[in-house]
Amino acid sequence: MERFIRLSGRAAAMPAANIDTDVIMPKAFLKGIDRSGLARGLFHDLRFDESGAVRDDFILNRADMAETRFLLVGPNFGCGSSREHAVWGMLQYGIRGIIGSSYGAIFADNAANNGLLLLSLPLEQVAALMAELDDGAGEMTVDLDAQRIAVGGYAAGFDIDPATRRALMLGLDRIGETLTHADRIRAFEKAYLGRKPWLMGAER
Amino acid sequence: MSAPKTLYDKIVDEHRILSFDESGAAGERLLLYIDRTVLNEYTSPQAFSGLRAAGRTPWRPAASLGVVDHVNSTNPDREAGELDDGARRQIEYLGENGRDFGIEIFDLFDPRQGIEHVVMPELGLVLPGMVIAAGDSHSTTYGAFGVVGFGIGTSDIEHLLATQTLVYRRLRTMRITIDGTLAPGVTAKDLIMEVIRRIGADGAAGHAVEFAGEAIGALGVEARMTICNMAVECGARVALMAPDDKVVEYIAGCPRAPSAGLLTQARAEWQALCSDPGARFDKEIALDAGDIPPMVSWGTSPDQSLAITGAVPDPDDLPAERRADAVRAMAYMGLAPHMRLQDIAIDRAFIGSCTNARLTDLRDAARILRGRKVAPGVRAMISPGSSGVRRAAEEEGIDRIFIEAGFEWRRSGCSLCLAMNDDSLAPGERCASSTNRNFEGRQGIGGRTHLMSPAMVAAAAVTGRLADVRELAAEELD
Ligand code: SF4
Repeated sequence: MERFIRLSGRAAAMPAANIDTDVIMPKAFLKGIDRSGLARGLFHDLRFDESGAVRDDFILNRADMAETRFLLVGPNFGCGSSREHAVWGMLQYGIRGIIGSSYGAIFADNAANNGLLLLSLPLEQVAALMAELDDGAGEMTVDLDAQRIAVGGYAAGFDIDPATRRALMLGLDRIGETLTHADRIRAFEKAYLGRKPWLMGAER
Repeated sequence: MSAPKTLYDKIVDEHRILSFDESGAAGERLLLYIDRTVLNEYTSPQAFSGLRAAGRTPWRPAASLGVVDHVNSTNPDREAGELDDGARRQIEYLGENGRDFGIEIFDLFDPRQGIEHVVMPELGLVLPGMVIAAGDSHSTTYGAFGVVGFGIGTSDIEHLLATQTLVYRRLRTMRITIDGTLAPGVTAKDLIMEVIRRIGADGAAGHAVEFAGEAIGALGVEARMTICNMAVECGARVALMAPDDKVVEYIAGCPRAPSAGLLTQARAEWQALCSDPGARFDKEIALDAGDIPPMVSWGTSPDQSLAITGAVPDPDDLPAERRADAVRAMAYMGLAPHMRLQDIAIDRAFIGSCTNARLTDLRDAARILRGRKVAPGVRAMISPGSSGVRRAAEEEGIDRIFIEAGFEWRRSGCSLCLAMNDDSLAPGERCASSTNRNFEGRQGIGGRTHLMSPAMVAAAAVTGRLADVRELAAEELD
């Protein structure tokens, strides 16, 4: 998992509410058994028309957005299907952080597990950031270490869950971390299944 | 005496191996023991590849079941079903992972194959008090059994396989109490669609939602599954209902249910699976079931829905923050403000999905279809929720009713719910659908989905437009 400490880059605004993971990663890109090739799938049906031609009206297709690193998004971004392909596609495309007011819960967990930064800010603050972009501000900077975000003339601090922040900054292997507790898990399991014998009764 | 607890907190506490912050409150980070999971062919492959790459093996292989459901064809002649290369590779890889890691797999030809959330309960693998996490957002379905069920992404599937745990954050709680009685022709699907309409697509975000009240108790277990299944569409991470005698009876009839002796022992413990009197919820909502009409969605988000007697809204009448989305949804759906919903003609009708393709759903639709014909120009399909449901329906003769009405009697799978197989809408095609998501492109690029109950799909199929099942079939509904 790539670390996220401090990053500056282009930010694109997608203000619509409820942008779901079917839109972020259409089903045509879900047929793999590895994680590759998903940059092409990101927002595919918004980026390309039926003939495969680039849709000029979509924000990420604008010439000045070629190196987009951040998305500023509307409420409930990433709702819907659990497909982690949506997050893999973001990272493969080059998106490292998303700034919005609320997210689909599974999408948020997937992001944390892959080092994609999600910031949850009050609606007014997201609107203020979007307004800066409308005014032509170019680069956005997110400093996870200092917990500050800046774009154009706007700068502010933000809150983030400390465990998520730490994992992002260190690029942790979460399974390895959990397995350091293997003895506790084993002891718990033995007692738990012993107490409820019908649970194993359900198994083959 | 300790403080009164919610059902959700009781189950989480029972599965807490260790806490990273010992708070016991919402937001607490803890290591949660997971009783079981179900794996499908499209969200699990990268989890297995990750395990292989790290040289890890599943912690407790017997706690997992693999089912092929998302990408397979529902062609009635299973051998002839078209599979593209990607789908074939995913199915083969699921089989290979099952063999290599000792996990039971129901492949395409297994008589128990079906949609994961239909197969798990009908086998008796879903037992009150469990925590079940799986790589599909509709894992909330299991809440009908008093189970904390929730969807996870692929990295968490890998974590779960490797450790039998998840690093978990305790949710806030919400209770939705529904008293009163549902009117004839109104189903669990209408009830949950009304809840979603009222509170919005993110109205329960970050919450474990407990459904309570006499209207829930009056429903059968399958109808309760419909509600818990679709609760994810208002953002609920977990949906829960306290298990009652109906749940125990349902389980007792399942092939993998615990033996009679164990069931008696379990039953005593399951009786405590309810929220204590006086337990505090972070949010409370109450509805009267008697006020709920048959519902249909008109837009591209599950909260954009209305009573079938209504008309497409005028964006100017909506709250400012919902206007732009409504305008966009109407353009996509090819609708204009003030159009009467019952004047909207359909091209397709679909009964299927983990929301509404169990035996009782099929019976509901068949009651409307008996002696009627699908309207000319409408293509109607039914894909039973599992191969077991399909067989049971055939034993009852329900298949004949569908076929005689003009429905295609398909095999089981997710099918047109997400159209990863060859069942999909053509651009601009309009479908009356018993599924759970009306997102843009969900049933095919440019396809237009109207969500509703199975009986309402049947009514739409035979009239060729969105229709009020109550007008169509007053006698059948009594
Ligand atoms: S039927 Fe639809 S919602 Fe259910 S598991 Fe399949 S794709 Fe998901």
